[in-house]
Amino acid sequence: MSKDWPLWEVFVRARGGLEHRHAGSVHAPDAELALRHARDTYTRRMEGVSLWVVRSADIVASDPDQAGELFEPAASKVYRHPTFYDLPDAVKHM
Amino acid sequence: MYTTELDKTAGSAAAPVAVEDPALLAAFEARVANDEFIEPKDWMPEAYRRTLTRQISQHAHSEIVGMLPEGNWLTRAPSLKRKAILLAKIQDEGGHGLYLYCAAETLGTSREQMIEALHTGKAKYSTIFNYPTLNWADIGAIGWLVDGAAIMNQVPLQRTSYGPYARAMVRVCKEESFHQRQGYDLLLEMMKGTPEQRAMVQDAMNRWWWPSLMMFGPPDDNSPNSAQSIRWRIKRETNDELRQKFVDATVPQAELLGISVPDPDLQWNEERGHYDFGAIDWNEFYAVVRGEGPVARERMKARRAAWDEGAWVREAAAAWEARQAARRAAAA
Amino acid sequence: MNDLLFQYLLRLGDDSLILGQRLCEWCGHAPTIEVDLSLSNLALDLIGQATLFLGYAGEVESGGRDADALAFHRDAEDFRNCLLVEQPNGDFARTMARQFLFSSYQLALLDRLCSSADGRIAEIAAKAVKEVRYHADLAADWVVRLGDGTAESRGRMIEGLDDCWRFLDDLFAMDDGERALAAAGIAADKAALRPLVQGRVEQVLRQATLSMPGLPWQVTGGRTGRHSEHLSRLLAEMQVLPRAHPGARW
Repeated sequence: MSKDWPLWEVFVRARGGLEHRHAGSVHAPDAELALRHARDTYTRRMEGVSLWVVRSADIVASDPDQAGELFEPAASKVYRHPTFYDLPDAVKHM
Repeated sequence: MYTTELDKTAGSAAAPVAVEDPALLAAFEARVANDEFIEPKDWMPEAYRRTLTRQISQHAHSEIVGMLPEGNWLTRAPSLKRKAILLAKIQDEGGHGLYLYCAAETLGTSREQMIEALHTGKAKYSTIFNYPTLNWADIGAIGWLVDGAAIMNQVPLQRTSYGPYARAMVRVCKEESFHQRQGYDLLLEMMKGTPEQRAMVQDAMNRWWWPSLMMFGPPDDNSPNSAQSIRWRIKRETNDELRQKFVDATVPQAELLGISVPDPDLQWNEERGHYDFGAIDWNEFYAVVRGEGPVARERMKARRAAWDEGAWVREAAAAWEARQAARRAAAA
Repeated sequence: MNDLLFQYLLRLGDDSLILGQRLCEWCGHAPTIEVDLSLSNLALDLIGQATLFLGYAGEVESGGRDADALAFHRDAEDFRNCLLVEQPNGDFARTMARQFLFSSYQLALLDRLCSSADGRIAEIAAKAVKEVRYHADLAADWVVRLGDGTAESRGRMIEGLDDCWRFLDDLFAMDDGERALAAAGIAADKAALRPLVQGRVEQVLRQATLSMPGLPWQVTGGRTGRHSEHLSRLLAEMQVLPRAHPGARW
């Protein structure tokens, strides 16, 4: 059994950013040190204001084999996208 | 990466692989040819998984071992500014190693296994780091030449086929250009100094030029895995093409510095539009790849010592967390 | 007052410089790469602080010396760092013990200096205090994990701390000159800080299931240039290039 410290995925929200984005991973023995290591590894260039760390083992991911069922239907429902609607130029602020 | 060719001998004696579904294989190759990214949970051929694991982990090892030749001069950096710059650079290298180890882990190998492979000599790393840093100008030469060569190898990897590797490389490349510039800046400053300093710079050039050229790997006619590497987007151009590019870019930079390139056969070839350069000592190249570089033993000893002597620290932290977790579970 | 201020700035700058130098020695040798990055982060912050404090010191002295001249061309007896920071790294436990004690002290000090009557000191302190809050928390995290980890780590942490206790008074030492500066609101009153720092130290030690021993005989002198055997050796390495090449440009 591996004696490695567990792997954690790191998510950073940048200064002025709207959401946390996946930045990479770190090894750490516990949550507190995971935050420290994440900060030391992924925010050296002042990229972040907020950090999330999650144990990699806790992440539930969609099955790539099911990508078709999960995501293709959305591709055909183009009316969800604002660019589908061709409004007259005269209409402002929309 | 400059490590692509290091295990070509291992590749030819590949372990037997179960016959893979040709439909899956075809679909995989089509995706890669279509410039798509392969992600950790996607199906991939065993050979791809093995090659990528080796490539990425060797790249990671190189970054980590690379901290040592520079760390050698960190405590003797001759000004506060240079000390801070070198610290930041070495930190970046450690960070790069981390990004890459984590990317390799997504392919199913643990950090411990990879480090074990490095320490027992099973895994290779960029052998440029098995050369010693003998004077302060070496620090500049490493930034200018070694990182310069690395950048040339790395830029195409930002669109390599394996997603985690590509994402790690985007991060690495963003941080890498500072490395080359600070090295060149360091040498520029020294060239404006005393005669002894100028001599140090020329001496560093004399020792680091040829090993830097070797970073691009064996000549094309001795690189059997090139075609597969290009198909899987692990490399874009051949070893010789990149090496030529490097020489063409770097010789004018040396001229601007006011130092000579230690190659009597170096000459601009008007017809080709490139520099002709002398023969590389391939005996030296293969000796260093075999693990017989001038300070290869010292580098490995240092890394082994750090890992082994740090075991009690890693165990202590794990033990503490295990107790905390048990307490949390009991309280729940 | 100027010479007093100069000496005070040397004390602040030299503490950061010497500790930063010690942490540089860990580069490439830490227990994991993640920890390597933590230590070099600390070192980078400290070198930055040293550059600011020593730079200001040089201006105050008005003798034409800049931060580099002060860092690379003084002998051991002219350094004003505390004895704690020049002690050798030892193992990771000893390094964290030293870091924990020093950063706890430095945090309290810088926090007070944010309202120094000297604008430059206040400005430097305001920037540094954020860094040092992180240093102190990180070091405390490690004291707890090593103190309350395995039997081996506990033994090493106790040993590491035991190496440091004899330098505690030196950390908080003030002379008449510094007391005058404190009265003028420029320097911090270390005597007032000590109970705060001690309280924090004891709190973390309790979390680590360790206890603070009775203090051994105290060794002092760092603030007036009487150092340990370690400093001259450290400086020999740190200063070798500029001293060997007068007139060089780096």
